[in-house]
Amino acid sequence: MKESTRRSKNFFMKKNIRVVVGMSGGVDSSVSAYLLKEQGYEVIGVTMQIWQDKDEEAVRVEGGCCSLAAVNDARRVANKIGIKYYVMNFKDVFKEKVIDYFVDEYLKGRTPNPCIACNKYIKFEELLKRAWMIDAYYVATGHYAICEYDEERGRYLLKKSVDTSKDQTYVLYNLTQTQLEHILFPLGKYKKDEVRELAKNLGLPVASKPDSQEICFVTDNDYGKFIRENAKEEIKPGEFRDTRGRFLGYHKGIIHYTIGQRKGLGISAGKPLYVVDIDAENNVVVLGYGDEVYGDELISYNNNFISIDKLEKEMRVKAKIRYTAKEQDAVIRPLEDGKVFVKFDNPQRAITPGQSVVFYDGDIVVGGGIIERKVR
Amino acid sequence: MDRIYLDNAATTPVDKRVLEAMLPYYSDVFGNPSSLYSYGQEAKKAIEEAREKVAKALGADADEIYFTSGGSESDNWALKGVAYALKDKGNHIITTEIEHPAVLNTCRYLEKEGFKVTYLPVDEYGLVKPEDLKKAITDKTILVSIMFANNEIGTIEPIEELVKIAHEKNVYFHTDAVQAVGNIPIDVKKLDVDLLSLSAHKIYGPKGVGALYIKKGIKIHSLIQGGTQEKNRRAGTENVPGIVGLGEAIELITKNLDSHINKLTFLRDKLINGILEKIPYVRLNGHPTKRLPGNVNVSFEFVDGESLILNLDMAGICASSGSACTSGSLEPSHVLLAIGHSKELARGSLRLTIGKDNTEEDIDKVLEVLPQIIKRLRSISQIV
Repeated sequence: MKESTRRSKNFFMKKNIRVVVGMSGGVDSSVSAYLLKEQGYEVIGVTMQIWQDKDEEAVRVEGGCCSLAAVNDARRVANKIGIKYYVMNFKDVFKEKVIDYFVDEYLKGRTPNPCIACNKYIKFEELLKRAWMIDAYYVATGHYAICEYDEERGRYLLKKSVDTSKDQTYVLYNLTQTQLEHILFPLGKYKKDEVRELAKNLGLPVASKPDSQEICFVTDNDYGKFIRENAKEEIKPGEFRDTRGRFLGYHKGIIHYTIGQRKGLGISAGKPLYVVDIDAENNVVVLGYGDEVYGDELISYNNNFISIDKLEKEMRVKAKIRYTAKEQDAVIRPLEDGKVFVKFDNPQRAITPGQSVVFYDGDIVVGGGIIERKVR
Repeated sequence: MDRIYLDNAATTPVDKRVLEAMLPYYSDVFGNPSSLYSYGQEAKKAIEEAREKVAKALGADADEIYFTSGGSESDNWALKGVAYALKDKGNHIITTEIEHPAVLNTCRYLEKEGFKVTYLPVDEYGLVKPEDLKKAITDKTILVSIMFANNEIGTIEPIEELVKIAHEKNVYFHTDAVQAVGNIPIDVKKLDVDLLSLSAHKIYGPKGVGALYIKKGIKIHSLIQGGTQEKNRRAGTENVPGIVGLGEAIELITKNLDSHINKLTFLRDKLINGILEKIPYVRLNGHPTKRLPGNVNVSFEFVDGESLILNLDMAGICASSGSACTSGSLEPSHVLLAIGHSKELARGSLRLTIGKDNTEEDIDKVLEVLPQIIKRLRSISQIV
């Protein structure tokens, strides 16, 4: 096995070839499981049951990435490949770490990325723990990313996938050295088309399934409704104001808005208006003109670094502020409380609190954090 | 790797003798029992012989035994059939918090249909308190349904006493005896129950067949409408091989019931005592003596039941924990919550149910493997 360069720092478990593959029933995780089996691993497929009781009926009818239909798909794939397969219960921890977080962030006027929370707390913490409990050294997923041990630095590195259009390192920046030691990303060196082709040639029953795009637990894609149903407090309408505090009209509740949003405001002005700030405390959504949506400085918190142990001095990086954003030149420097100050060379559109900023050095993920606020 | 099967409360293998008895009724004696020609009549005869065997095992009359598709159908029929037949008399049903889903979810369905259901609590051993039943009965109560023995923790309920209480108030009494039949001597006349559900695949018979005992004179509607089978009470061409299998299985198990019970009880107590001795932070769930002869149910602190079951599976031991949900993942058991466990502790439970084919070596093997697995799981949960 080519993994021989890795050395185990793990103090309670001997390295072995057993790997738990998180299987969603989709193409990517199915092919991952297949590839690992081909490479000689002892593969165990696991679907994490994360959907909550009350929407069991909804997911049964409508699907969604982790629904019963997904379980059936994953089970069929596991049978086809010839691997063991289990469904494990992650309902409580998913509710606490992902759903509640998602709802709370919106209530605070922020725009969270629940996939990042899920990767951090569920897939690579809780699932890895369960993998260890069944004596599997590794956890694998169908993410497009590369995990490698770098002898020179003496660290595990997270690198962009070969298929850069599919690269998912943005949602993986929270991985720790211990986690990376136990992670396999079999798709990192494949292109999406190759993966689909592979699935087709193997006759995997999921070869033609579309990519999942939306948030898996909001089955009808109506975030507003989901938050209203899951929030402990009532969602109240409030005021739109301009950047100088002047009243512009009424909004439906801050959870319905995100920074940079233009559509659906219901306010007419001479020039197009955009959401530039959300003041949850006063239940105010601040609107501004095009240039007011831009900013070039931000502060991030809950930072995690991968290619370096710690950010000790100023560093030039490429940074991106949302999953779909392009990387931009920036300088990062540590602040006293573990936070990071990010200064972009050029202004960025819609720096959104709650989203993550991820730093790159070429193909290597330096680290990242959650955007606390735009500075200016 | 040799497999050790310790989930006999979930299902049992079909006894070879039962299978032998069933086989002619697939391709040879395949006639429809409702037909007039002899092929059909032979099948009909086989059904009636099976009915007599079931009746004999329960101390019932043959015409009080109705064949169904299994325990769940029997439970559904008993509850819905009585509820609809007596809805003019009252709308109140009494059951317990620890019933099998076949009873619990039927009750929830009936609640949606306008019936009122009282779910009696149980004590720390899973026993229903007779005085609770007494207090719960009102002049609107039409049916009491209490399981004979619990499928998860094995507790045997004081059915005879509970039946007396119901009958003092002229209320029908149904018992789900799916776990009890073949593990406890049952005499429906002595117990005086009005309805009793049983299933073949828990007693080394085939899946997909069961029976409902309906005492003569009990008012009950049919669940399945159609032809005139089962004295016009349960339509559908009979599952002849299955029914023959049920008859054979129940006859075999009741013939040697005493020695069966003795063997299982011996293995059970050896397993329980071994676990309690070898593993710290463990407790026995259910009653120490009023329990099914093959049932072991224990909770381990600081252990995730799901991981435990998977580890045992990898060691070749088939066991269960909690109840599997639709997807196949595990939920904390409603029974363990009802006997006062926290959600966390309920998650760390393990059910091992012994059957007639288990040996002392099986138990020794479990007592060798289980402590190691528990130790390892605990060490991981401490680290992470």
